[in-house]
Amino acid sequence: MRARMQTAALAALLALPAAAQSQVIAITGGTVHPVSGAMIERGTVLIRDEKIADVGANIAIPAGARVIDASGKIVTPGLVNANTQLGLSEGGGPQFSGGYNDTRAKGTRGVAAAFRAWEGFNPASTFITPARQGGVTTVMIAPSGGMIGGQSALLNLGGDRLEDMLVRRTNGGPAVAMSASFSAGAADAASRGELLGRLREVLFDARAYGANRAAFERNATRSFAAPRADLEALQAVVDTSLPLVVEVDRAADIRAVLDLKRRDKLPLRLILLGAAEGWQVAADIAAAKVPVMVGAMSNIPGSFDVLGARQENAALLRAAGIPVVLISNGSDDAQNFNVQNIRYEAGNAVAYGLPWDEALRAITLAPAEAFGVADQIGSLRPGRDANIVIWDGDPFEFATKAETVLIRGVVQTGASRQDELTRRYAPMKGRP
Amino acid sequence: MKSAHLARLVALAIAVAPCAAASQVVAGAAADTARKTPPPGAGAISTPNADPFPSTYRARAAKATVIRNVNIFTGAGPLIRGGAILLRDGKVVAVGATVSATADATVIDGGGRYVTPGLIDTHTHLGVYPAPGGPAHSDGNEATAPVTAHVWAEHSVWPQDPQFPRDLMGGVTTVQVLPGSANLIGGRSAILKVVPSTSAQGMKFPGAKYGLKMACGENPKRVYANRGPATRMANVALTRAAWIQAEAYRRKWDAWNANAKGDPPTRDLGLETLAEVLRGNILVQNHCYQADEMMQMIDIAHEFGYKIRSFHHGVEAYKIADKLATEEISGSLWSDWGGFKMESLDAIRANIAIVHAAGARAVLHSDDGLGSQRLNQGAAKALAAGREAGIPLTDEDAIAWITRNPAWTLGLDDRIGTLEPGKNADVVLWSGNPLSVYTRADMVWIDGAVYFDRSDTAQRWRTDFELGYVPDNDGRTR
Repeated sequence: MRARMQTAALAALLALPAAAQSQVIAITGGTVHPVSGAMIERGTVLIRDEKIADVGANIAIPAGARVIDASGKIVTPGLVNANTQLGLSEGGGPQFSGGYNDTRAKGTRGVAAAFRAWEGFNPASTFITPARQGGVTTVMIAPSGGMIGGQSALLNLGGDRLEDMLVRRTNGGPAVAMSASFSAGAADAASRGELLGRLREVLFDARAYGANRAAFERNATRSFAAPRADLEALQAVVDTSLPLVVEVDRAADIRAVLDLKRRDKLPLRLILLGAAEGWQVAADIAAAKVPVMVGAMSNIPGSFDVLGARQENAALLRAAGIPVVLISNGSDDAQNFNVQNIRYEAGNAVAYGLPWDEALRAITLAPAEAFGVADQIGSLRPGRDANIVIWDGDPFEFATKAETVLIRGVVQTGASRQDELTRRYAPMKGRP
Repeated sequence: MKSAHLARLVALAIAVAPCAAASQVVAGAAADTARKTPPPGAGAISTPNADPFPSTYRARAAKATVIRNVNIFTGAGPLIRGGAILLRDGKVVAVGATVSATADATVIDGGGRYVTPGLIDTHTHLGVYPAPGGPAHSDGNEATAPVTAHVWAEHSVWPQDPQFPRDLMGGVTTVQVLPGSANLIGGRSAILKVVPSTSAQGMKFPGAKYGLKMACGENPKRVYANRGPATRMANVALTRAAWIQAEAYRRKWDAWNANAKGDPPTRDLGLETLAEVLRGNILVQNHCYQADEMMQMIDIAHEFGYKIRSFHHGVEAYKIADKLATEEISGSLWSDWGGFKMESLDAIRANIAIVHAAGARAVLHSDDGLGSQRLNQGAAKALAAGREAGIPLTDEDAIAWITRNPAWTLGLDDRIGTLEPGKNADVVLWSGNPLSVYTRADMVWIDGAVYFDRSDTAQRWRTDFELGYVPDNDGRTR
């Protein structure tokens, strides 16, 4: 008897999530924004294990389901911050990271296509918990810098192992984008013309390499413009399975980048990042069917490349029919240490003309679609990861709190380092 | 003693006026006629509260104005719902449930919108690090020596910086433009009204005290690692050494200003500024992140008998909130910046709330051209974080962090920062509750005159630089 009890006790202690019984959670009574479809008043979101099982107004809730009452609350997909270096730099920078700057690679003359930004990601970063507490369930880990800076990946912020956090494209790897930049100094180029020339050369050489791999291995090709590992990584770009995210601001430069596809006939799937003057060339961007990643806070002509910076940019681009992914271009550091502030970016975008539903889409389904993972994240639909947030008000408002955050069906708990410092120093009744 | 001193000053001024004959005898200047050598020119004299770059700001003429049917955050009391405010001759005349106005007053029906005092940013680098940025425009840090008390930020201010009108559109009516934090002592700050002008003098807040920028921590010791200070201990030592010199200078000049015996001491611009701090005429604005360093800066202030007006950034202010209260030092703080430097690692979003709860004056500042346009949003973030930490806070508290408390930090709480009779008519009419992310400033008054009206695009302030370069809202670079 004792042995059996011991075994049973042991089994209970070792109870693993992948047990025979499904974990069913029902979020009920809230105003549900699936994003992929119309808002549902007093809707139900049914979750089974890691996935959303059903969403609707009248859904039968299985017996034994854990019910989370969201009456009076707002229920949305978990937010996606599509431009961060979260987990790549802890406070203090390289001097406190053994000399590493995990946000960028040295590369070769501005090319570091083989660099995978997520490989330096630290799941123990103290800035992840605040992001999660603020309703961000998925972030893009992107390299910073470099004419071709390297590969980006999307990470769900639940769990503590990188492999478990990566959002892998169905029929693809963890990489969801290749980063590129038009900025001076990115390419070891003295001028825009030189940078464009170098970019074209590298991309054409990637195609040439891909068509002549065997000869390359026999040392029977001409020399190429980038090292082998980078050319290999660029295959996914030139066969258009990976989008090339180009950081570019000035109107004329945006047109030059679009010309890579149009005039040079390079097979590319482009996404524009920053695009401060995008609103001036919206028709060209729309005609090229190129999505944009833009912010809603910046309106300062800080350089001659961003003279046209306006907060209405996101709204104007969206109105032109361009898919808009909202990122942060404000100064509240939603890229590194305040990743959760992306929801205030959305609020500001609304204040400057972007409709509310579009703003929510811009930080949920739009990034999922742009990066080919809409089958997994970004909306409340069956089959998607159960990344869900229950808010006590309008998610874009400062006074609103994310009351409950689920990532892959698991309610997220745990205090941040900030919480512990606050607890230590915040005044409490009775404490001197 | 004071009137005799003033008479001497007047006499000297007349004596060195252009076209004054050398033999001109000035009434009441008996002491001067007794000298064998000519009296020093005004430029050689180190005088308390000297004003060699006087403000030339002139308020625009404006009719009396009534704003009614508005919810008013006065900065000095509870929200007045459905109230009204009367502005006349540049001042707030009345504010309350109703106001009585003369027939000639312009009447603005607020339609249920909100009104606050003009917002005040105690920490900006507008004009000294203007847009567009670059070496030709990098005038905020005289990073050639760790102590540069001799420089004044206003002499680096470019009034055509496009960030100024953008601040105004964010509801900001007064800014402190500071030197940067590369130096232990960075120089005088400039207190400016956010108004168009062809000169920095045309923006200067008349009668405002100057600030003195000081900095501790990582920045000075990183900038001067090769020549010193290279460590925090040298930060402190060099700071104290500067005050020792200032003490001696002040004693000499106070004595000479009282007696005019013999030749005046040599005038030194840097020591002159520091002496003014010691006399209480200039307010110390001290950039400092860590609690332990703030405690050391407080001891230095005690050693030399000056007061620190405000700690800027003060990421760890919450750890010594009680001390800030007893020392009457305000905290010019962010809502949520942190983590970007080792000394900012312990940032918490309840910082402002904890400082406030301890009875110290908390100020929401920006140190950033974008944040400066959204002080109301920063205050809202700090309010939410404070409530989440269990600190009882009102909306009025949050508004005080961007109005009344920064006004005190700049020594201007008798003139701005609240909407009370007699205060300057610096007023913002908001599209909604200023603590909402969706709210924008609809109209801004400075000294009772409209300087911004969102509905009037033709009158929109665009600096000279913007003409031809920066598109307006219709997409034209007119």
